Amino acid sequence: MLLIRTDYRPATDLGFLLHKHPGRMHVAEMPFGTARLLFTEASDEACAVAVIVEIDPIGLVRGSGTNGQDQYVNDRPYVASSYLSSTLVEFFSTAMSGRSKERPELAAIPIPLEFQIPAIRCRGGEGFLRSLFEPLGYVVTCEPLGSGSLFAVTLKGEVRIAEALLHLTVLVPVLDDDKHYFVDQTEIDKLFRRGAGWLSAHPKSEEITRRYLKHQGRLTREALTRLAELDGFPETEEEPEFIARQDRPNLHDARLDTVAAEIIASGASRILDLGCGEGKLIQRLMKSPQISEIVGVDISVQVLESAKRRLRLGEVMDKVHEKVRLVHGSLTYRDQALSGYDAAALVEVIEHLDAYRLESLGKVVFGEMAPKTVVVTTPNSEYNVLFPGLAAGKFRHPDHRFEWTRAQFNAWCEDLGQRWGYRFRTEPVGPVFEDLGAPTQMAVFSR
Amino acid sequence: MNVKIPNLSLVVLIGTSGSGKSTFARKQFLPTETVSSDQCRSLISDNENDVTVTKEAFELVHYMIAKRLKLGKFTVVDATNVQSSARKPLVDLAKQFHVLPVAIVFKVPESVCQQRNDQRTDRNMGGHVIRNQNRDLLQSIRSLKREGFRHIFVLDSVAEIDSVTIERTPLWNDRRSDHGPFDIIGDVHGCLDELLELLHQLGYTVTDSELSAPDGRKAVFLGDLVDRGPASPQVVLLVKRMVEAGLAIGVPGNHDSKLVKKLSGRDVNIGHGLEQTLEQLSHETPAVHREIREFLDSLVSHYVLDGGKLVVAHAGMREDMQGRGSGAVRDFALYGETTGETDEFGLPVRVKWAEEYRGSAMVVYGHTPVPQPKFLNNTVCIDTGCVFGGKLTALRYPEMEFVSVDAKETYCEPVRPVVSPDSEEQFGTAQQAHDSLLDIADVRGRQHVLCDGFGTVIIPEENAAAAMEIMSRFGADPRWLVYLPPTMSPAETSDLPDYLVHPAEVLSYFRKQGATHVVAEEKHMGSRSVVVVGKDAEAIRRKFGVDGGLGVVLSRSGRRFFDEIELEQALLARLSNAMDRAGFWSDLRTDWAVLDTELMPWNAKAQQLIQSQYAPVRDGATASLSARRDWIAAAAARLPEVDLSELQAKTDFQLDAAQRFGEAFSRYCWPVEKLEDYKLAPFHILATEGAVHFDKNHEWHMQTIAAFGAEDAAVLRATPWRKVDLSNAEECESLIDWWITHTNAGGEGMVIKPLDFIHKGKNGMIQPALKCRGREYLRIIYGPEYLLPENLERLRKRGLSKKRSLALREFNLGLEGLRRFVAGQPLRKVHQCAFGVLALESEPVDPRL
Repeated sequence: MLLIRTDYRPATDLGFLLHKHPGRMHVAEMPFGTARLLFTEASDEACAVAVIVEIDPIGLVRGSGTNGQDQYVNDRPYVASSYLSSTLVEFFSTAMSGRSKERPELAAIPIPLEFQIPAIRCRGGEGFLRSLFEPLGYVVTCEPLGSGSLFAVTLKGEVRIAEALLHLTVLVPVLDDDKHYFVDQTEIDKLFRRGAGWLSAHPKSEEITRRYLKHQGRLTREALTRLAELDGFPETEEEPEFIARQDRPNLHDARLDTVAAEIIASGASRILDLGCGEGKLIQRLMKSPQISEIVGVDISVQVLESAKRRLRLGEVMDKVHEKVRLVHGSLTYRDQALSGYDAAALVEVIEHLDAYRLESLGKVVFGEMAPKTVVVTTPNSEYNVLFPGLAAGKFRHPDHRFEWTRAQFNAWCEDLGQRWGYRFRTEPVGPVFEDLGAPTQMAVFSR
Repeated sequence: MNVKIPNLSLVVLIGTSGSGKSTFARKQFLPTETVSSDQCRSLISDNENDVTVTKEAFELVHYMIAKRLKLGKFTVVDATNVQSSARKPLVDLAKQFHVLPVAIVFKVPESVCQQRNDQRTDRNMGGHVIRNQNRDLLQSIRSLKREGFRHIFVLDSVAEIDSVTIERTPLWNDRRSDHGPFDIIGDVHGCLDELLELLHQLGYTVTDSELSAPDGRKAVFLGDLVDRGPASPQVVLLVKRMVEAGLAIGVPGNHDSKLVKKLSGRDVNIGHGLEQTLEQLSHETPAVHREIREFLDSLVSHYVLDGGKLVVAHAGMREDMQGRGSGAVRDFALYGETTGETDEFGLPVRVKWAEEYRGSAMVVYGHTPVPQPKFLNNTVCIDTGCVFGGKLTALRYPEMEFVSVDAKETYCEPVRPVVSPDSEEQFGTAQQAHDSLLDIADVRGRQHVLCDGFGTVIIPEENAAAAMEIMSRFGADPRWLVYLPPTMSPAETSDLPDYLVHPAEVLSYFRKQGATHVVAEEKHMGSRSVVVVGKDAEAIRRKFGVDGGLGVVLSRSGRRFFDEIELEQALLARLSNAMDRAGFWSDLRTDWAVLDTELMPWNAKAQQLIQSQYAPVRDGATASLSARRDWIAAAAARLPEVDLSELQAKTDFQLDAAQRFGEAFSRYCWPVEKLEDYKLAPFHILATEGAVHFDKNHEWHMQTIAAFGAEDAAVLRATPWRKVDLSNAEECESLIDWWITHTNAGGEGMVIKPLDFIHKGKNGMIQPALKCRGREYLRIIYGPEYLLPENLERLRKRGLSKKRSLALREFNLGLEGLRRFVAGQPLRKVHQCAFGVLALESEPVDPRL
């Protein structure tokens, strides 16, 4: 739902610019419903056209070809989203190309335009909404609808009509942060076509690109590289900031490096990676000649599938890959097949279990599997105050059931050690900040 | 000649080529019972005479034999088997699977074999082959016994081969046809007085002149009749008398076996009480010595009784050895399984076979003294250490009652203190200690759950994997999860305009299924919860083995409902007290209960959902549709020649729908700040001590619940309900009116159930309940605008059969789990059911049904 309005005089020129006759209702049958154009005003002083998209909520769920909508109770029929973008392209493709048969001179210059969107979801809130449109010269007014991220938005500015339509086509789904269709390589081309002349200079170009490509890493990297080239720096040796940041050793990598080093230092040869996730620790360990066997255990079948792809198991057949086995398993059920290993790693695992299930985990790992060495890491909650944007009392990840202070972690280790006969020491992982400790804490148990 | 072969054995045919083995096998055995080397050659090479594949063919022979023996199938090997090296793997296989190896030798003149071979066109072997085979055969006959064959039959001529009859006999340990009832008596160890007293208490008459058992019962002695105690010879003689009179059976214990060795003149270590027995025997005549030796020696290692449901053995019996015969089986029965290590008291360290036991037969055993009979995984040890000053215990089967007699004195000091080693560090029974951790083998992969009265429910592997993830990431302690509620099917769709569902279809479903009465209950809109509640913390600890206060409130996926344990416990305290005041605990003779409930408000658990999904739809729809209405009105005023009336009417309808949608869900939401803001509405009393209440009708459930609900109306919400006679048109009409009034006023709807909890119709069990949700409420499910005619028309097309089949399977899993829990079965058996419900819930069925 969108209303486009101008008080340029004569305002009725809007019809010529949009190639739509103000005296008629224009109808387009879209795959997801019916779209209509109606001029609500058409005088010399003011002209306004309403874009009304009727989305069929039953069709969204039952129809094939639509992507991922499985709820009848759905905001899609009511808020501006990629459905609106598709509709704009359907109605206004000529206007977007900057052509106008009747008013070519007018199409080439900025005119005062106003856009009313009665409801749009703004992922990132009002701040992000403003940061998208204000740099493009719009005056943004918005009003929250309810307590969530829903807003009624009005944009006003002096813009060329074609450019304005392209802004909306690109930025509405970016703001909504979703798309109703599958995104592939061709989406990059669309972005560059529609973003020509304004996107590369936009301060949020990176975030716009990421969201427009539905957060697909590979597509985003390719697009950002092309974007940098557009800017006229093709010769530069420097990688785009985004890529550079990916390669900088971050906390996650530091943690895995530290754990891998501990395991090697323990002299272990047969390893359990409990909660192996996508296999990043396994990747670090599998090449070591000291290691003869690694069993990666995870509770999620899906994650194991991606670990298998990542590690190229069953694809590369060599000594290194044959060491690795992935097992769907749980840390709250006894699994006799996992007894008798030299070392086990639990990297950022325990905080994903409810505290009252930790007793079972202790029995399973320390009592039943009973490897000689166990390395456990978990967040240090004291450090949380240093994370900007993490509200007090909140956890770093929505699935975390708890985050412990160093004292709490220590008490837990103490108890485990006593009960199952392990010695342990704790270490900080990551930069230590004054008396808050490091972001991650690690315990190395041995018996 | 009549040849008797145990019906669980590996029969090895031994004879040269052409001696008639295959013809014999065809005549005497089923084709599927015979594993033939020729046939295996043919299976892999298309040519049964291809000697180049001999090695591979025999791999197949051995593989097939192993598979059959594992399943306990009588098996015959048709190959020449004339060399000891060929027979050795066969004897080994028999041993591995604890079946008896039997040899049948075909001693046919070489000339006959040669002649038969010469007549065959497909086989042409030199004369030396048969000559060599015959030589090997003749050499073999003497060594067969040494090789381990337990029965050896030599057929001396063609005539004998042709005339022999084969009779299959049951194994000695196979007493499946004996259904008891039994009184199973633990280790007596010469405690004659206690034994006589126990027999007396059990109702046996034992005097010098008279011997009788009560009501066709039979005593079962678990061995170790002798040693340590004051009257070992007399105990043996008494038991012998009872056995001979058909009033008892007995299995040997390690002490009995050692005494037999000693009396047979073999050199044994005198000790562990044997010295007392020998001293007592020194007062007896050699005839008595012989009598005792022969009797004890005749005892069979273990028995399988009562159709295979009961196994008795002195030291227990692993599942794969039950009903089988081998030296290893006998050793296990006498000594149990040991690691070969010794503990600090110098006694053998025992392998905890019972901890790993998964068999369906109950194993009753003795051997290891325990202070109280010890149940674990369908095994029970009843040696309560009489000779050590404990007591002599009998288990009455199938009643499962214990009868005990205290020892008159301590006849012997135990080397190792008599304690249950498992229960030292934890409270509760050995089973509960064992159950504090479940094994992944019990939930991984495809599962079959046998539900009594319904059949086997299969849990596919991928569903089990999904459930394992949910259970591990979110599930409460499995000891709480004795039940998860089943899904519930809606009614068929209604043909009435403006209704997707209507009670008329529910009533006609139950009528068609042969129910005469139904109970209709108002459906509360909150979260389905299973409540475990105890009279006090001790009751919970005893029954659930968890130090968990007054119980737990679980969501329908087995998650703890409350993050704040204090709040949960406060709610349970209110419930428990209300039940107490209403006399619930005393009336039902229980101190715990599992209840099926609805916990309100909806937003208590669904806040996230409301904020991220429901509220934005309401707000977005209102804003967007209002703008649309205004825009269309403006355009309509401008463009009188364009007909926008239909669009206008539809927009008005949608705007009204958005409004009603908002009202529909906000009705079920209210702020929760204190305990009284929660409302709990129980509707089924699932189980209490000794009882699963699926045998009571819903009238009983509603009335019993109403009685304690009235005791604390501030947190317990009553469920309005009524009983309807399906043959009374007026009552049915009035129910429909009630539903319309209730749902128009914003009620979620009703659940309608056959009066009996479990109702069997013509085609078996019918749906235990159907839901009939209200017109307004369904906006929450199908979206604000579902009543638009073009939407309703499409929504009516929905299939219910999958949902209904799922509902029935889940219902029966739930019931089975409760039955198992109430019967005190191991947790893994109970868990399997709750796990199964969770697994089936991952089935892709339209979640809106």
